[in-house]
Amino acid sequence: MVSLIAKPENLSEPAVIEVTGLTKIYGTKTVVDQFDLTVPKGSIYGFLGPNGSGKTTTIRMVCGLLVANAGQGRVLGYDVRRQSAQIRQRVGYMTQKFSLWEDLTIAENLDFVARMFQVPDHRKRVKETLNELGLSERANQLAGSLSGGWKQRLALSACMIHDPDLLLLDEPTAGVDPKARREFWQTIHELSDRGITTLVSTHYMDEAVQCDYITYIAYGKKLLDCRSDEIAERVGLFTWRISGKGLKQLAKQLENMPGVEQVARFGTALHASGRDSAALAASVAQLTDGTNMVAQQRESGLEEAFIHLMSGAEDNFE
Amino acid sequence: MKNSFISFNRLMAILAKEFIQMRRDRATFAMMVALPVMQLLMFGFAINTDPRHLPTALMDRDHSAISRSVVRALENSTYLDIIYHPESNQEAEQLMAAGKINFLVEIPSNLAANVGAGHPAQILVLAEASDPSAASGALASIQNLIDGAIRREMQGVLSSRAARASPIKVVVHRRYNPAGTTAYNIVPGLLGIILAMTMSLMTAVALTRETERGTMENLLAMPTRPIEVMLGKILPYLLIGYIQTLVVLVAAAFVFEVPMNGSYLLLFAVTTIYIIVNLIIGFVFSTLASSQLQAMQMTFFMLLPQILLSGFMFPFRGMPGWAQFIGEGLPATHFMRLMRGIMLKGAKTSDLMADIWPLGLMMVVLSILALMRYRQTLD
Repeated sequence: MVSLIAKPENLSEPAVIEVTGLTKIYGTKTVVDQFDLTVPKGSIYGFLGPNGSGKTTTIRMVCGLLVANAGQGRVLGYDVRRQSAQIRQRVGYMTQKFSLWEDLTIAENLDFVARMFQVPDHRKRVKETLNELGLSERANQLAGSLSGGWKQRLALSACMIHDPDLLLLDEPTAGVDPKARREFWQTIHELSDRGITTLVSTHYMDEAVQCDYITYIAYGKKLLDCRSDEIAERVGLFTWRISGKGLKQLAKQLENMPGVEQVARFGTALHASGRDSAALAASVAQLTDGTNMVAQQRESGLEEAFIHLMSGAEDNFE
Repeated sequence: MKNSFISFNRLMAILAKEFIQMRRDRATFAMMVALPVMQLLMFGFAINTDPRHLPTALMDRDHSAISRSVVRALENSTYLDIIYHPESNQEAEQLMAAGKINFLVEIPSNLAANVGAGHPAQILVLAEASDPSAASGALASIQNLIDGAIRREMQGVLSSRAARASPIKVVVHRRYNPAGTTAYNIVPGLLGIILAMTMSLMTAVALTRETERGTMENLLAMPTRPIEVMLGKILPYLLIGYIQTLVVLVAAAFVFEVPMNGSYLLLFAVTTIYIIVNLIIGFVFSTLASSQLQAMQMTFFMLLPQILLSGFMFPFRGMPGWAQFIGEGLPATHFMRLMRGIMLKGAKTSDLMADIWPLGLMMVVLSILALMRYRQTLD
């Protein structure tokens, strides 16, 4: 089997984030364990994993909000443990929970953030941001009165107001409607084209596909780290797509067959996956031959790969 | 499905939830237990409305058998502790302005001569009466003490005279508040309490509010220094403090007609220090507390001794040593002395240094503590 963790590529430019052995311990619990991360400049780096796996803790260590118990490295060329002040100045961090001031208006929030980062000509910058957001008309509305989606967009704009070189986005699209999510990712891609690096954590598979690189973390440990288009191959998963009538019944039968490691429903079809290609094919053939169901082998997608990874790691609460 | 007026099960569910939450909030629970203990100690042991052992200065210009007898009687009294023997009137005045003595007993040089000749004799008692209630018990006792001493002294040939009306009359001068108006004492002190209450409360919730609303993470993610956050959170309330001071002073002057005998500049300066001290106390609380509720409780916890042990409600000298020791550590104690000193006594900076430097020291020490406690990370 191919290693799930790719060696850092020979990068022409220095990596924006290059940390090794990051470890965070609370009491007796190791929340993040020996975490290595190399994020090339201008890339979109997806950060995936179940709830409580250590994504937020890692992001906070990268931007200096938490001091790592062990580990070293550089973020934007600064020492991750000792130069967090300089790192903060050039990082845009969007928190998982809305953390702007609800009792300030949209304009006042942006103005405050811009001034804290000492943005030159901050008045002009705030006006531009309001225009880009399409919130000029509502500039004097309290931030607390915005809907969830608008809050996220405001928060994203606020964390980009000082033109940071690195964006750290902690589940930025949680609770945001599909249209807003699409626009959000559009923005991230545009920023990436301009050389701005993004580290983004998410739970959504369709968002993971949008990333250049993906790292998967569970129980504070890294399980996978590679280019997103290599994931299925690295996981070494084969998949059969089965459609037709009686899928519910078939799903139950398939689960206990040799070679079938996972069965998942995708719309009107079933995807049966496993790493043993021959056994999987035999099992699928045994159950579908002679029925009106259609089975065809297809390339494993990210979805199958992640369901496979996640089946080994439930929510990491303990 | 039952649809009764009250569901016992639901009631029990709510009760259980409340008990669980009560148990989780240890700090609140600890304070609920500590508060009555603190009140019992303060009301039961510290407070004494009939203060004894009041610091007194004595000027005996007579040095006769009778004057020595009078001095001995005063020394034996539990009301007065004679701790100063000033050489001049000027020195005695300074002691009183600085608040070091409550009484000055002056025995004139002709005391023995007058008593011997059967002429009316007088002893002058100068009382620091800015707090009328603190002086009253001692003043009432002095005439009796002296009469008793004279009676013992005048046995034999003079006994016939002793039987008559007292040969020595105690003349009392109440300084700073001759009419014994309570408001003169209360109003300047009240300013100290008002500021202690509102100022520290405002900053106590300053950081905990950010934490509770989740905005702290955002604030910390920005490149800012602790001193910027502290000053930024404190200075707006300095302005509020000035407004409160102005309101109290205007009311003091026009409603309660409290005299203002001192320098407005000095008053402004000490008020500024005092407001800042209280704001920083609140800021320290907000770095210690994990919620706004806890921060408010800490403020209340601090306020109680400031009211009871500072000399605001009860005479400071009336408290036992340990309570006075605690009182000396409270900013309100010093501020009240300063306010009464400036407004009623017209005291100058030099008279008040003993109460200015503790406030200054508190300001510096608390600022350092606050900055050390302020966390720049979420750890």
